[in-house]
Amino acid sequence: MLHLPMGHSYPSLPPGYQKMGIPPSPLAGPVQLTPSMAGLSLQSQTPEALRVVNLLQERNILPHGAVPPPTPCLPQDLQKFNCSPEVFRCTLTSIPQTQSLLNKAKLPLGLLLHPFKDLSQLPVVTSSTIVRCRTCRTYINPFVTFLDQKRWKCNLCYRVNDVPEEFMYNPVTRSYGEPHKRPEVQSPTIEFIAPSEYMLRPPQPAVYLFVLDVSHNAVETGYLDVVCQSLLDNLNSLPGDARTKIGFITFDSTIHFYNLQEGLSQPQMLVVSDIEDIFIPTPDSLLVNLSECKELVQDLLKALPQMFNKTMETHSALGPALQAAYKLLSPTGGRASVFQTQLPTLGAGALKSREDPNQRASAKDIQHLTPATDFYKKLALDCSGQQVAVDLFLLSGQYCDLASLGCISRFSAGSVYYYPSYHHQHNPSQVERFQKDLKRYLTRKIGFEAVMRIRCTKGLSIHTFHGNFFVRSTDLLSLPNVNPDAGFAVQMSIEENLLDMQMVSFQAALLYTSSKGERRIRVHTMCLPVVNSLSDIFAGADVQAITGLLASMAVDRSVTASLCDARDALTNAVIDSLATYRSSVLTIQQAGLLAPSCLRLFPLYILALLKQKAFRTGTSTRLDDRVFAMYQLKYQPLSYLMPMIHPVLYRVDDLTDEGALNINDRTIPQPRVLQLSVEKLSREGAFLMDAGLVIFLWIGRNCSSSFLSQVLGVPNYSAVPQNMTRLPELDTAESVRFRAFIGWLREQRPFYPVLHVIREESQLKPSFMQNMIEDRTESALSYYEFLLHLQQQISK
Amino acid sequence: MEAAVFILSLIDCCALIFLSVYFIITLSDLECDYINARACCSKLNKWVLPELVGQALATVLMLVSMHWFIFLLNLPVASWNLYRYIKVPMGNMGIFDPTEIHNRGQLKSHMKEAMIKLGFHLLCFFIYLYSMILALIND
Repeated sequence: MLHLPMGHSYPSLPPGYQKMGIPPSPLAGPVQLTPSMAGLSLQSQTPEALRVVNLLQERNILPHGAVPPPTPCLPQDLQKFNCSPEVFRCTLTSIPQTQSLLNKAKLPLGLLLHPFKDLSQLPVVTSSTIVRCRTCRTYINPFVTFLDQKRWKCNLCYRVNDVPEEFMYNPVTRSYGEPHKRPEVQSPTIEFIAPSEYMLRPPQPAVYLFVLDVSHNAVETGYLDVVCQSLLDNLNSLPGDARTKIGFITFDSTIHFYNLQEGLSQPQMLVVSDIEDIFIPTPDSLLVNLSECKELVQDLLKALPQMFNKTMETHSALGPALQAAYKLLSPTGGRASVFQTQLPTLGAGALKSREDPNQRASAKDIQHLTPATDFYKKLALDCSGQQVAVDLFLLSGQYCDLASLGCISRFSAGSVYYYPSYHHQHNPSQVERFQKDLKRYLTRKIGFEAVMRIRCTKGLSIHTFHGNFFVRSTDLLSLPNVNPDAGFAVQMSIEENLLDMQMVSFQAALLYTSSKGERRIRVHTMCLPVVNSLSDIFAGADVQAITGLLASMAVDRSVTASLCDARDALTNAVIDSLATYRSSVLTIQQAGLLAPSCLRLFPLYILALLKQKAFRTGTSTRLDDRVFAMYQLKYQPLSYLMPMIHPVLYRVDDLTDEGALNINDRTIPQPRVLQLSVEKLSREGAFLMDAGLVIFLWIGRNCSSSFLSQVLGVPNYSAVPQNMTRLPELDTAESVRFRAFIGWLREQRPFYPVLHVIREESQLKPSFMQNMIEDRTESALSYYEFLLHLQQQISK
Repeated sequence: MEAAVFILSLIDCCALIFLSVYFIITLSDLECDYINARACCSKLNKWVLPELVGQALATVLMLVSMHWFIFLLNLPVASWNLYRYIKVPMGNMGIFDPTEIHNRGQLKSHMKEAMIKLGFHLLCFFIYLYSMILALIND
């Protein structure tokens, strides 16, 4: 459970770091050979990250497998304590010393976090005293300095604190006098059980409210069966304890509540038709204790799909339903899951259709990306104040103004799920996706009434936040619900120059109530070196983190200014950074488009963003699809987001066990990642494209019949069904290998990507081809043309 | 007549000074965590319209009494106020939006704007005072 390194004494810090008042000397050890020094010497000593790449000549810039995150340039004994890049990542792993240096580098500085990620190993500490710095309230972490045994120096504000008596005793090794061996100082990611000072009120129970659209349109889509069945199956696995409460509201043009009191023989429906002034019909028994009233809840779930079968109501009073949900949940807080299948037409928050279908393929600006009304935002802030989070499931075939509706989730720390054109008969792949996503949604870990604070070393400050939460006061993020699939990002600036500092630290502390009513604090700490030369900054650049942060910034720009501005800003980001590299870092001037090896994928990723649904122009994109793509860019953690930006293409008809991974006794083949260009496709092969939310399997016309029969179970190409989404479970070695590979891809993310098998004439072929980023289309440049455009702009 | 106009403008300017100071205090309370974003923004949004009306009143008064120089001095501020009021995006809860105030340095820019307005109103105050005394003496 806890990992303590064997035979480890005082963490050896570089000289000059243990005593106060002596200016620090340069770091000892291998880090001494910094890239800037190496640049003066022979080419062979330049580290891999700064190797010069001429993008116009080198075609194969994609690595064989996944792109590894860069390792910060810290001494080995500090780096092994550093936070995992899956949880905490910085765009620049070497922090510039001054703001002017950062401005010169033209790269954004920010952090991308995934603080509540499901972790396989999480040290949990129950301690009567939680040691924190007295001024800045930082939690003690592996990067503090111990000056003698009784005092420690905070690594964020440099204040010297006393080590409390209880901390001197280490319960794990049963030894006294070695505070630096305690688990809090040995793990960058740790969870504390919080004492009562950390509670504003007694920890709340888990409270779940389901708000279901039962208008005619909703019943038509058949989603109600799936939701009720899923709930019935997972009722016992809802996170919670004996105090868990559950409730239901259905709505069309009126609001229906369900009395589930223990003594009743069957659930009783109460209809409130005055939607202008919503009130709660009975004070209790609308939210009931799950374990006591389980039979009634199950009866209701079995009866619900049939109850509204014959409904002819076409209106939807979503606004009043949300107000009712808020009123019901505000005494305790909790989670409201809202299922909506059309534009809300009645009551407060009614919306009009704003999308003009003729403007979908407009090459000029896109309108209506901002909310039409502040009703949902206001309600979300009210909910946030009462610790209520609202998750929105949008299952609609037509325009639903997601730009306005999404506000209810964005500011109450909820999540938005989108199933366009959901229908139980016409779109079975969406049904499968909905079922699997619901299962994950209902059973995943959840935290209630949470707040998160991100602290940085003195001199750095956070100026912009990205993600689903409400910033209640400077640096304090209010999260009524925290879930393991949410990602956050922040942008930082350097307020005071970081002179005299070798390293800076960042700490994210998440205080939440677990579903079992325990108050816990999850703390992640990361440490990065400070550098003062441009080449070091470039050497430590994390190209995926930079792309992720730029995507969030571009979404903000599209909403506050315009989409064209955002697109220009993205292109300028590449131009400026590569121009700086060329003029300030490169010692030898060559022709071509030169980039450091660590940023060689940067133009490719930016081109991918420009062609992504969120930002593309000239191709017909529904407004709701576009807005949802923008929400995903801001909400998804980086590792799940990258395939959505730059899909991964593999050739799969010749999978071998060469270089395969061995996980849990399964052999998972690792085919090579290919460039996203049709020239890599071949008629003789089958290719798999992992695009995050969906996986495409493209079958070439002359694909080998052995692949077709042994993996797909069909005798020849023409027998491949048109809308195939499932793989047959055959006993052949190829089928086992292939399914292991797809299973491995699917395991890497919490949402369920549907598999689509595509033939040449398939309807989904345009979607597949749109992901071929390196190719030219009528409205966008090819990758090579984009590189030429960049080179032309840089040499201006 | 002249004196009355200037007395009125002086009172109006006093009110605007107090309002600017109120804005600055509320914004710095938010910066120091004494109040939360929602409370701060609702307080400030309540006084946006009165400030707009007060500034417009001073401008119109100067126009009507044909004091061109002071009118031209007041006009940019009045039109900036009006522009900001009109250009609030539909989804925002007023000029001060609690979900956006901590983003992109908006807090700092609002603070700077309030300080500049304070300086401007103080300048106007002394101009009106001087003009009023001049008018009273000439009567």
